Amino acid sequence: MSKKQKKEVESINDGSRAINKIKISDILIMLILVILCLTCILPFIHLAAKSLSADSYVIAKKVFFWPKGFTFTAYKAVFEDGRLVYSFGYSVIMTAIFTLLGMIVCTCAAYPLSRRRLKGRNWLSFLLMVPMYFSAGLIPSYVLMNDLGLIDTMWALILPLIFSPYNMLIMKSFFQSSIPDTLEEAAFLDGATNFQTLFKVVLPLSKSIIATLCLFYAVGRWNAYADAKYYIRMEQKLKPIQLLLSEMVATASEAANSAFEAVVNIATPEVLQAAAIMFVTLPIICIYPFVQKYFVKGVMIGAVKG
Amino acid sequence: MRGVARPKKAKNIELYAPTTWKKAFKRDWQLYVLIVIPLLLVVVFNYAAYPGMRMIFYNYKPALGYEGSKFVGLETIQKVFQDKDFFLALRNSLVFNLLNLLVSFPMPIILALMLNELRFPKFKKVTQTILYLPHFLSWVIIGALGYQLFKPSTGIVNIIMMNLGLIEEGIPFLTEPVHWAVTYLLIGVWQGMGWGTIIYLAAISSISGELYEAAMIDGANRWQRMWNITLPGIKSTAVTLLIMNLGRIMGSDFERLTAFGNSSVKEYQYQLAIYIYEKGLAGNNFSRATMVGVFQSLVGLALVLIADKVAKKLGEDGLL
Repeated sequence: MSKKQKKEVESINDGSRAINKIKISDILIMLILVILCLTCILPFIHLAAKSLSADSYVIAKKVFFWPKGFTFTAYKAVFEDGRLVYSFGYSVIMTAIFTLLGMIVCTCAAYPLSRRRLKGRNWLSFLLMVPMYFSAGLIPSYVLMNDLGLIDTMWALILPLIFSPYNMLIMKSFFQSSIPDTLEEAAFLDGATNFQTLFKVVLPLSKSIIATLCLFYAVGRWNAYADAKYYIRMEQKLKPIQLLLSEMVATASEAANSAFEAVVNIATPEVLQAAAIMFVTLPIICIYPFVQKYFVKGVMIGAVKG
Repeated sequence: MRGVARPKKAKNIELYAPTTWKKAFKRDWQLYVLIVIPLLLVVVFNYAAYPGMRMIFYNYKPALGYEGSKFVGLETIQKVFQDKDFFLALRNSLVFNLLNLLVSFPMPIILALMLNELRFPKFKKVTQTILYLPHFLSWVIIGALGYQLFKPSTGIVNIIMMNLGLIEEGIPFLTEPVHWAVTYLLIGVWQGMGWGTIIYLAAISSISGELYEAAMIDGANRWQRMWNITLPGIKSTAVTLLIMNLGRIMGSDFERLTAFGNSSVKEYQYQLAIYIYEKGLAGNNFSRATMVGVFQSLVGLALVLIADKVAKKLGEDGLL
């Protein structure tokens, strides 16, 4: 075998990524990806640097990616003010309740619908899916929430969303594809009821999808705030943290109209704002690298039958 | 297991055989009990809102209810279709959604192709994780971050460019309508680019390795392989996603729009979700806002159904 042939065979064994030398195109691709990654990281580094800097340096436009005049004053102000801290705690509790109830409801829908023998299955799933494709819109929903007496309560942010057709479909297709029918049949032959099969056979085998969907529910609830803007009108204490932040920065974005910029910057210092944004963002930045693999899994299952 | 002989013991179980309703309830009542919970939720929180759509035919005042409000027939519908604001909102929604699709759609494909070419698994993994970050952030955070970065005189992007002598004066990235539109769309690309790759990378990994081997024996280089194997391999995924997104062209994202909103870009930022919120909840014109909401839902539904038909015609998986 000649050298050239040998090399070819080797590269074939390596599969598709088998060119042995690093080429310019490799470097180019890596360079582009690194730049794109930087666009994802640098804004936060800048923000963190700003939030840890002294006011005067920020106003003098001297802070880039490293704090100048290092100080925790802004964070101290955020904690002393207390609104964001309270709202953070409230949002955590609300998200936890939401996720728990959401998972229960999701299982309640997905398990029966995943059983091919369930009579009326098509109709039931049609009934559950209709709202995904046709919604009455904001105002009728608002009037409904008002009639139900849920405006300005935490439940307005929980109950309407705990049934998620998308999450249900993911769970259902997981049950159908990953839990062999024979297993269930075996449980039946042993005289297990539907409940027993669900709790003793199906759910213990579904830990990965449960983790995935818990995260879908939690991150979805944590990040959403439009519904809070609609349904929480008076009660400051019931505003989730994202809504609070959006109200805090709303005045600031108005200030970006340069005519006012100077005036408002004194009222709400950039540094304080940066600290507030960091306070809300940091938990997500810390958690997401560890949970993203579950998300990827969910997306893949969801893609099978979107 | 249908048609497979079962042991005698299992005679009454008949796991897969069709039954009468009575038998079905007797055997599966527990399943029906379970599914009643989500059904109740959907009925109480979604179906119960449908009758509220009749607000269109009234001059609805929340304090008066339907009895007290005046019945106006089709007047609201006429008014909406004579409303300049409505057409502005409609135009903006359609134009922005189309532009958004145009600029946001190709990026994940390009990125997926690049990620697929990476030869260092560690590097690939870290890159992917970093690129996923924007997906996990709420629009408030992204909007607030945007204002921090792009303000004309205090935003770091303008400061750096001014320091480098590239510009004399700060560019009003988020405060002048055309600049705003570009920034808004590009931030959308940024937000979705990493996450969008997942589905394409999955599609790429399901392409048979033999195809690549054969191509390499034939002497195809990297670009030829990409063009002739990888791209055709993800075509059906891309087409399905494209059609799906076209079906959503009537939507508008209230959170994203409000996160970037300010009074000087109203001209473009004013889209259907903003119209409904401002006329309805903020302006108390419930009937008109309901009408626009129903219009949006109906057109949206029609588009999804058409998209589904088209997808199935093209031999792809439907959406429904």
